[in-house]
Amino acid sequence: MFESRSGVFLIAGVGFFSLAFLVNAVVPWMMYRNQPEQTVEETLNRNVLRQIQDLSDRYRESFAKHFGEPPPKPERTEPPEALAEKWGARDRFFRTACAEALRLGRTVYVGEGCWHCHSQFVRPVSNESRRWGPVAKSWEYNNELQRPVMFGTRRVGPDLSREGGRRGNDWHAVHFYHPRSTSPESVMPDYPWFFDSVGTSETTDEYGRRRTERGPIAPNKRGFAIITYMQWLGSQLDDYGHYDSVEAMPIQENRR
Amino acid sequence: MATVEHAAPLPGGRLVIERLVYWYLLAALGYMAVSLLGGLLMALQLINHNPLSGIEFFSPARWRMIHTNAIAYGFIANSFLGMLHWAIPRLTMRPVLSVRLSYFIFAAWQVVVLGTAGGIVAGYAQGVEWGETPVWIDPLAQVGLLLVMINFLSPILKTKGPMYVSLWYFMAALPWTFLTYGMGNFLPEYALSGVGSGALTGLFIHDLVGLFVTPLGWGLMYYFVPILLKRPMWSHGLSLVGFWGLAFFYPLTGIHHFLYTPIPMFLQYGAIISTIAVEFVVTTVIINFIGTVWGTSGEVLRNLPLRWFYTGMVLYFVTCLQCAFQATLTFQQLIHFTDWVVAHAHLVMLGVFGFWILGIMTYLFPRLLGAEWYSERLGEYHYWLSAGGMIVMFLDLTFAGIFQGWSWASLQLWEHSIQLSIPFWVVRLFAGLAIIAGQIVFGWNLYKTWQRSRVGSSAMALAEAR
Repeated sequence: MFESRSGVFLIAGVGFFSLAFLVNAVVPWMMYRNQPEQTVEETLNRNVLRQIQDLSDRYRESFAKHFGEPPPKPERTEPPEALAEKWGARDRFFRTACAEALRLGRTVYVGEGCWHCHSQFVRPVSNESRRWGPVAKSWEYNNELQRPVMFGTRRVGPDLSREGGRRGNDWHAVHFYHPRSTSPESVMPDYPWFFDSVGTSETTDEYGRRRTERGPIAPNKRGFAIITYMQWLGSQLDDYGHYDSVEAMPIQENRR
Repeated sequence: MATVEHAAPLPGGRLVIERLVYWYLLAALGYMAVSLLGGLLMALQLINHNPLSGIEFFSPARWRMIHTNAIAYGFIANSFLGMLHWAIPRLTMRPVLSVRLSYFIFAAWQVVVLGTAGGIVAGYAQGVEWGETPVWIDPLAQVGLLLVMINFLSPILKTKGPMYVSLWYFMAALPWTFLTYGMGNFLPEYALSGVGSGALTGLFIHDLVGLFVTPLGWGLMYYFVPILLKRPMWSHGLSLVGFWGLAFFYPLTGIHHFLYTPIPMFLQYGAIISTIAVEFVVTTVIINFIGTVWGTSGEVLRNLPLRWFYTGMVLYFVTCLQCAFQATLTFQQLIHFTDWVVAHAHLVMLGVFGFWILGIMTYLFPRLLGAEWYSERLGEYHYWLSAGGMIVMFLDLTFAGIFQGWSWASLQLWEHSIQLSIPFWVVRLFAGLAIIAGQIVFGWNLYKTWQRSRVGSSAMALAEAR
């Protein structure tokens, strides 16, 4: 049996593999089968929706180009019915945009290999809950954006599972463009391809020649997606507000 | 080095498709070069000296995935396929199922590897570690592995009587590889999510090493070591213990990659116990191989391929001993997420299986080309640069990992762990450059040997013409 063809093929090749599959894959699956998998839309919450509205205000032209023009904010003086309808339309718009951004954001997170230097779980040891927040729990991972789960196996940079709300969108934009401008010790690569310049402007150079200069840069679709994904991570936790200590820069109206 | 001898051809056709073996080995070396460049780029990024910064298609994070995938599917898989084409027909005295199918598999596998590389560079990786193959390539790879299994199982199943140890390993590894690939690349993508998929990807990471690379590697060792030493394995009983122990315990260890995650604790304990059990099994295998070489009065030192093999085996023992400790919850507190794990991965993929492959290549190329190595001295440089670089890199990253772990546990600012790592990462860069230099030497030696074989064969043709 131990040296025969059928023994090796059936017992070792198929049998032992199946045993390991039963123990390491089927058992966890059965344990969690009653926890339904949430869709992206179901995971949306006040915290992340606030962030995507902030993005739409902050980078108005670029956001409108990639996700459409958000319905205008109603005036306070409008009658309650109109107010409710307009806020509702705005909410629906941002929910759609946010779900789209999150799906793309996860694709970018995987495709750019972010998960090879950033983990997404907090362990109950090594003082991690003091640094990052509450220890990871299984329900946090039961959603469409954790298929497959992004636990990660290496931390060159910090854990990201409670990143949402820790920093402002402007911080993330600058950081993705050139990480060392916000974190001087960082070894993270630059991601300038998350950004495009918006519009052009005519200038005259020192010899009097007219030149067309590209406008200031703003996140492109991938940029919005990855920033939204960052702000989504951990946003569904009860003690989310606990981390909201870094205030974003106020939005300047003349910025694009 | 032993004189070159060719396989005795069977009546009615050649037994081994030597040209295909040669192509597989060359392809493997090509992908190894790509992988080394990817590793170099990431090493430069980590010390903030990336010369290609800001270019999308040279993103170090994408090339990090090229680095691992090119080694697993380009270098190791191509080498093993070529070496199986060499070993299985000799062990069974029968050719593989079909020569045409063999060439088709070769071409299809290169499409798989190049497609994977292209997909990853373009930013379409799949979120499974060691399985970043874009989802649209997975079905092709799966069919390819099925064909590989059919092609190689055919001669094994046709023979009668007892099988040699190598064939146990090959025969088990063929279905294992097929099943593992399918499990890791399809189930977490389409069937499972959340913590369950975490357990499954852990199983996949470990099965890929444990059920594809390890058994094929050991099978080849059981084949080449007795041939080079011209003596049988020391103990058949230990061979049996080693094979069946590995087959039982290795697949059960997967979850040890994700200790302290929300995966149920009893499953984590199970994985830890299996990991420690694997170490005992590995010890029996190592004892068997040391018993085999015992009393050959330093043959290991004189014979270069054998030296590659036994260096790899010593490092394998180190890897597995390390594994038995690092997979415990106590060690995990400190070293998980650190460069310790990176050191461990490099030791096993390059220090063990890479070295075995390079040793087998050192043995095979003169036989495939029909010419002695151009320079034995260059072969020595290849060995010492690779082994030296590997050991320095291993020690360096292991210590870096310990310090990183302490830095995090003591709640220093995150930047502190980066700052303290930079000197270690500089050392790692130079260790990596030594390894790269070793492979360049090997490539040059191979090129000159090829030139010599051309001269030899044209002289022979000339002599025949006269």
